[in-house]
Order: sequence, then C-alpha cells, then structure tokens
Amino acid sequence: MEFIDYYKILEIDKSATEADIKKSYRKLARKLHPDLNPNDKEAHKKFQAINEANEVLSDAEKRKKYDLYGKDWQHADQFEQQRQQRPSNEGRQQFSDNDEGDFSSFFESMFGGGERGKQTKYRGQDYNTELTLSLIDAMETHQQTLTVNGKNIRITIPAGIENGQVIKLKGYGAPGANGGPAGDLYITFNISINPDFKRLGNDLYTKATIDLYTALLGGETTIETLKGKVKLKVSPETQYGTKIRLKGKGFPVYKKEGEAGDLYVTYEIKLPINLTEQQKILFTELSTLN
Amino acid sequence: METEQMISVSEFCMYHNIELSFIYSLNESGLIDITHVEEKIVVPISQLKHLEKLMRLNAELDINIEGIETITYLLQRISDMQQHILQLNNKLAFYENV
Repeated sequence: MEFIDYYKILEIDKSATEADIKKSYRKLARKLHPDLNPNDKEAHKKFQAINEANEVLSDAEKRKKYDLYGKDWQHADQFEQQRQQRPSNEGRQQFSDNDEGDFSSFFESMFGGGERGKQTKYRGQDYNTELTLSLIDAMETHQQTLTVNGKNIRITIPAGIENGQVIKLKGYGAPGANGGPAGDLYITFNISINPDFKRLGNDLYTKATIDLYTALLGGETTIETLKGKVKLKVSPETQYGTKIRLKGKGFPVYKKEGEAGDLYVTYEIKLPINLTEQQKILFTELSTLN
Repeated sequence: METEQMISVSEFCMYHNIELSFIYSLNESGLIDITHVEEKIVVPISQLKHLEKLMRLNAELDINIEGIETITYLLQRISDMQQHILQLNNKLAFYENV
C-alpha cells in the first residue's frame, strides 16, 4: 500500500488552514472536474484523488488522524491492529476490495466504514474499451455482446459508425460509492481497413478494371459494391482513371435511416497481353491511321 | 406529431435542492429551454442530462451563470474540434492507403 500525501495532492503545506484547503480544493476541482474534462481518464483520476484528499483534510478529526499516522507511516500497523479489533463493517469491505474504486486503498485502511456512510456520494469510475469492426459490419445496424470487467453487455451498433467514434453507455461503468451513480462505459470503435473499398466520411471509393476494347468502344461491366453486384454502362473512349459516381451506394449515414453516401468507381484499363500475329497487324494498322 | 416527455422543474429543484431562480436564469441565458404545460414549468427529458451538468458546475464549482455560459461554449468548441480532428485523421488514413 503506497502512502499518499494528501497535502501534496492538494498542493498545500502541512500548515495550511481550513481556508487554504478549501481554496486549493476549489481551484483544482475547477481544473479537473469531470464535466469540464469529458473523456479525460487522467483528469477523472486526479479529480477523485483531490476529492479524497479534501474529504480527509477538510475534516479536523480525520486530518488529525491522518497527520498522526500518515506522517510516521511505521505506526500504521499498530493503528491497523487496533482498527481490526473494532467490529468490522461488511458493506465497506466490499467496496475496498475494488481497486478501481473512487478511493485509494490507503484511504480505505485509514478511515473506517462508518465514517464513510455520512460522506458525499461519489460517481463510479468510467470504463473505456475498444471494439474493432469490419467495414461490412459497420454498414449494418447490428447487435454485439461485449465483455467488460467480466460482465456481458449487449449493445446495438448503429449503421454508419465512424472509425475512432466513441459511444457512451450510461451507467455501465464502475458502481458508485456511498449510493452515488455508476460510471459510464466509453466504447471507441476501430473500423478495419478493407482492401477493396476506402471510406471517406459517408462516401466509398473503389476501383474497377475494364478491358481495352470496352474502354474504347463502350459497353457494360459488372462491379462489386458492399451490397452486391451492380451492372454499369461504360461510355465509349473511357479514359484510364475516369471516376464515376453511384449516388446513394456509399456508406449509410450514422443514425439517419435510409440515407447513404455515394460510391465512387475509378476505372482502370487492362491492356491485352500475348497478342496474336493478327492482333499485332491490326494494332500496327491502327497506329498508322493516327 | 411526436410528443416529448417532460419533467417538472419544481420537482427537479426539490430533488436536487436548488433554487427555482437558477433554472430561470439558465433559461434566460438560453442554456436550457423551459416550457409551460398546464400551468406547470417543465423541461424536456432530453435536456435533463445537460441541466444536471449545468447544476453541478454551479453547485460543485461555484460557477455563476456567465461562467457556465462561457464553459458551455468552450466545451462545445472542444467537442467540435475533436470531431474535426477525428475526421481529418480518417481523411489522412484514406490518402495514406490509396
């Protein structure tokens, strides 16, 4: 168990007055309050630490106890022995077992459970997790089961979710302390790269290969989209790199049912190889016409 | 027409032990929208989370209405910028993988 210097946490001297403690706590709380630092795990952790420090140092009795045993930490064992002789508090034991709780184990060992009952309600810690989806999975609204801290959570992932997007599930974080609300669960989505389709916002980009004759004379070609095959008309004299747009065949727009981006298809032209003698003669003849 | 669920402002104030005048001030500054339904002052349930956040800023950090307005504006800017960074990162990844 690591000794925690509450004075250091609140950036004050040991001689600090009640007013100094209050002032410093307010200053730090304004800097680190979770409402001012959304999604900032580090700030949340520090905020919990200053709350813990404030809870001890702003209470004269607790401060006295902390100063006595916290300063000369070797006496803590003796203190612990005395504390253990007192009737145990089962409700608190449950909370102190949780390393991820709002209070350090140091706090747990220093202050009894009965004292905590009267204290401020603390919101549970937020959990963060990542979920990787394929581009095809991200195209459809679907359900998925996640295991977070041993608990299975079934979530609905809306179609069109973006790479790096974070979804918050309220109340799925760590349980609160002293009757406080549970924390939230933040899920960051990673959309894996698809070798055939690139995504930019709600638009998709792909390449289609056509042969020289179709490119020159026009015709039809069938391309793959993420929702099946589509037949396309190819205009005569289509150049290499020509880009066409298929409206509404792109990625679904997040939380806008029925709306989708566009699919851009870039034509690549495949030149014939292993020409026959006759083809060579005809191509030569063709070249002389130019 | 879709009807939105509402919550009584007086009940909200009683539950959180805050002054009704605080809610009026938030409404006046445009931070929340309160409406009247059958002589009751109510807020849409969809605004509840936002309202609780504003309440915490005031109660836990002693921030006045002007401060809350500024913070709300800046937090929105941060959120917009984070969204923009995410889009730029995805755009960059798109061109890196071309």
